[in-house]
Order: sequence, then structure tokens, then C-alpha cells
Amino acid sequence: MSRALGTAVPRRRGRVPAALLIPAGFGLLFLVLPLTGLVLRAPWTTLPQRLTEPGALTALRLSVQTATLATVFCLLLGVPLAWLLARVEFPGRRLVRALVTVPLVLPPVVGGVALLLVFGRRGLLGGWLDATFGVTLPFTTAGVVLAESFVAMPFLVIAVEGALRAADHRYEEAAATLGAGRWTTFTHVTLPLVAPGLAAGAVLCWARALGEFGATITFAGNYPGRTQTMPLAVYLALETDLESAIVLSLVLLVVSVSILVALRDRWMTSA
Amino acid sequence: MSRPLLDARIIVDRGAFRLDVPLRVAPGEVVALLGPNGAGKTTALRALAGLHPLSAGHVTLDGTDLDRPATGFWVPTERRSVGVVFQDYLLFPHLSALDNVAFGPRRHGIDRRAARATARDWLDRVGLADQAPRRPRQLSGGQAQRVALARALAVAPALLLLDEPLAALDARTRLDTRAELHRHLAAHPGATVLVTHDPLDALALADRLVIVEGGRVVQEGDGPSVTARPRTDYVARLVGLNLYRGRADGHEVRVAPDLTLAVADRLAGEAFVAFRPASVALHPARPEGSPRNTWAGTVVGVQRHGDNVRVQLDGPIGVAADVTPAAAAQLRLTPGQRVWVALKATETHAYPATG
Repeated sequence: MSRALGTAVPRRRGRVPAALLIPAGFGLLFLVLPLTGLVLRAPWTTLPQRLTEPGALTALRLSVQTATLATVFCLLLGVPLAWLLARVEFPGRRLVRALVTVPLVLPPVVGGVALLLVFGRRGLLGGWLDATFGVTLPFTTAGVVLAESFVAMPFLVIAVEGALRAADHRYEEAAATLGAGRWTTFTHVTLPLVAPGLAAGAVLCWARALGEFGATITFAGNYPGRTQTMPLAVYLALETDLESAIVLSLVLLVVSVSILVALRDRWMTSA
Repeated sequence: MSRPLLDARIIVDRGAFRLDVPLRVAPGEVVALLGPNGAGKTTALRALAGLHPLSAGHVTLDGTDLDRPATGFWVPTERRSVGVVFQDYLLFPHLSALDNVAFGPRRHGIDRRAARATARDWLDRVGLADQAPRRPRQLSGGQAQRVALARALAVAPALLLLDEPLAALDARTRLDTRAELHRHLAAHPGATVLVTHDPLDALALADRLVIVEGGRVVQEGDGPSVTARPRTDYVARLVGLNLYRGRADGHEVRVAPDLTLAVADRLAGEAFVAFRPASVALHPARPEGSPRNTWAGTVVGVQRHGDNVRVQLDGPIGVAADVTPAAAAQLRLTPGQRVWVALKATETHAYPATG
């Protein structure tokens, strides 16, 4: 059907084509349905007891602690890395940027194996660390932090680098004309300018670290209280006690949604 | 001129483009770099601030080299005694107006309280004491411009640089701000260089104009001399004059192979002839009997210009003429029409092209 040119049409931009609307609806359903299932199947009556079970609490505490430590670790190393990528021209910068993103696409289990090969007792650095400092990383809480950092750092670096690129670098020039050296400019001008991006990156990083499973179980194992984080506890509970697994999953879901809400309200809107 | 505070020869190569601008500015003097977009004015300013390295030449401030590629000598921006007002101000969005102004003094080792006192004093001077706690995005364009000026001046720079300081303002704010800016620039004891493409801003703010075109200085001097004796088409257009270059012999200047203009001034050799569009008269037939320059021209454009009508004419020389709407109607001026152009010798101004 075609209209003659100049034919009046209702004052709106036509209908949404069914060929787009229907798959879009299914897509949404596909994403929301499993979460609904989780909520529907939750044992609401026994929820309070199950939540306060020592195992659940221990896993939750460990998860929050390690994810937070991993985020701090990523901030300390990732922000300077992002600054370098965004602000300094150096040969091989594209290669470095590509390397930084590798953990994003690498299966986390492979990451765990790779970590073992480097930091394991007989690994490239692990043996030396053990001999020199008596430090062993695999199958320790520190190992969990390391594994989580490995998979989560790219999220932070990419977010912060993006924020740095988007920020007008002429503010840094203005700071220089006022007598600020490069470090002062970084701390007093650049960081505040990219604060929203930095915060968003840190939250993404934290969320990724919190949900980390593959690298953690490969590199740090699954010891309750030491390396058994929430996702590991969920996986273990699934084999023995389905309700317990649902409750733990629900907790992770609530944490994730809270992050999303916090991110929207506190940073995304003001940015 | 007293000993220059700023002595620079700014040479910057950018591919095929070469900027080469000698610049000397005395203490308390305000110099405007005036030129069309792409002339290299902003690059010159950035080179003075140390935001762009020189390719050759030198920047010397108060007897000290800041940049001299020949010796490899270079002082980074943060250690130069310069203050910059950027075109879009670049006030730090995360700091209040007060802390923006205090930023410079703080970096110069003054403690927080003293720096804030200095900042408050400067905000007071630009009439914005009540806006101190405001963030830049809460300020109007004119207020932001004044905060930017206060921020640049708060470090008491030997050299104050302003990049198109009024370009981002609307017409009304511009007038007020221009007058106020003039007051502050006149009070600044150091050297001031401002960059603008607006001749009015340059004439209102600067003691001396340096006209830059295509990376070179084409004319230099105070306002009246530049406006009275333009030396390039750009300057002539800026000040609204018809300008021609030719060979003078007594009271005559040959400006085109078949056109010699009679002029009031007497001179010899290469010369410029300038006259106002309003001095040009148009006639339907060749005017008789008066000692005028006359030639035949073709109308190529007719436009409203203030209260008059500006007519662009082709002929031995291209010329702009301003006529009254009544005259324009009487002549029925339309593009393609042939008219006679007349110009009194006494309405022309001729001056040597050299020196």
C-alpha cells in the first residue's frame, strides 16, 4: 500500500512494525521470566531462618569483603592504566588496550587456569613469592580477590578510560595555566571531572567481582569461610538443597538490583 | 614604548601552514591580535601560554626565556607567569565560583584561607561577591566570563592572555561586559594579549592592534591609524572601506589597467587608495562637468545595509556603494544593470603602500 505524496496522516510516527514488536516482547520475556521464577519459587515462609544460617551469612560476608577488596585493588591499578590509555601517546597503545579487554571475552575458567600457572605454587611468580615472602595465593581469600580482580578490572578500565576521553582535556590546560602540575591537575581537576564515570566503573567492577564464579573456583577453590563466595555457595547448594540455593540466588538478585537502582539515582542522572 | 615586558617571535609550523608573528608588549599595554578565523591567532596565544611548543623563534617574558627552540629552553605552562581567559572560560564545573578563583593562588603555595580571601577580593572587584558559592553552570554567560577573568587575574600574571573573551556572549551582555573588561584590562599592570576576530572588541579593548592573516602580521598600529589606513582587503572590509592598491603619480593613482583615480593626496610609487561606500555616487548616465572620477560598472548585488542600500558593482574595479533607498528605487537597481559610478577626489584617502 502506498499513499500519494502529500496525503495527510495522523499526527504521530506510524505504528511500530509487528516484525520488531513481537521479537522485542519475547526478548524482554526471556530476560524477565527466569528472575520471576526465582521470586515465585522462593520459600518465603522459611526465608528469615535460611538467610541467617551461618553458611549463608559467611558466604555473603566473604563475597562482599572480597568484591570490595578487589574493587579497591582495581581502582589503584586500573585508574592509572585508564589515564595512561586516554592521555598519553605511546607506541603499542592499541595493543595495550586490546590486552586490557582480553579478560572480558576470556572464559573465566581459562582465567583461573592462567592465574594458577602464574601464581600457583609452581607457577612463574608463585614459586618465587612462596620462596621469598612465604606468600601463597591459590586457595586463599587473597586468591579470591586476585581472581575477582582479574575478571573485573577491564570493566573499570574501560569505564574510566571512556570517561577520561569524554572529559574535555582543556580543563587540564586551564589548570596548568593556573600553576597546577600534572599530578595536582590529575587529583584536583581530572578525577573530580570523571567522578561519575569512575563511580559507575567501580560499581560495575564490584558487581562483576561479586558474581565471579569460574576463575574463583579454579584458582581459589571452594572452602567455606575462606574462598567460598556466594556464587560458589549457590552452586554447591544446588546439589544438596534446592531451597537454600534459591535463597542465596535471591540475595544476589537483590544486591544486583540495588546496585542498578543506586547507579541510576546517584550517578547516571546527574552525569 | 618602554622596555617590552613580553618579547616574542612566535613561529609555529603546522604542516604547510607557518605562523610567524613578532610581538612586543609593554607593561600595562593591551595588544589585540585581530584576524579572520584560521589566521593562527589562537595558536599564537597557546604558544605564549606554553600549551603549544614553538617551532622556532622565542618567547621572553620580563627578561626570562620561556621558550627558545634554538637552545632547547622550555618552561612548562604551570611555571609561567601567565593567566588565560579561554574562549568558553573552562571554569571547573565541580568547584564553586570562589574555589575556581582560589584555584590559582592555592597552586602558588598560598594556604586555603588566604587563597579564598584573595578569591573573594577578586570576585568583589568583578562585582560577583554574591555569586561566590555558585557552581559555573548556575552562572549566566556574562558572570562566567567575569569569574574566568577573576580566576586568571588572581595569580597576578605578568602576561594576561584572552582568547575571544566576548565571543560567547549575546549582543546585550557583550556591550556591558566589554566596557567592564576594558576597565580591568586598563588596570592590569602586566602585559595583555587578546585574540579576537571582532574589530569592535579589538578597538574598544586594545591600545594597539596587530592584524594577522594567513599566519603573518599584515598591519600593526593603534586603532585610528589602522582604521584610517587599511593595508589589506580584510582590514578594509572590517572597517567598511573600499581599498585599492596601485601606482601613484602626483594626484593620480592607477588602480586598474584602464582606470586612474584622481586623489586629494599627492604621492608617488606604490600606494593604497581608500574611500567609504557612502562616498560613491551612482548615475544612470555619464555625469558631466564636475571634477570627478567616473567609470561604468555593472550591478552584481543589492542589499539592505542599515538605513541605506549597499550596491556591489563590477567594472574596472569591484566597488561597494551605499545609496539611499530613494536613489536605489529611482535607479531601479537590479543585478546586471549598467550604471555610472562617480567618486570625488576629495572623498578619497591615498597613502604609500610601503613603510
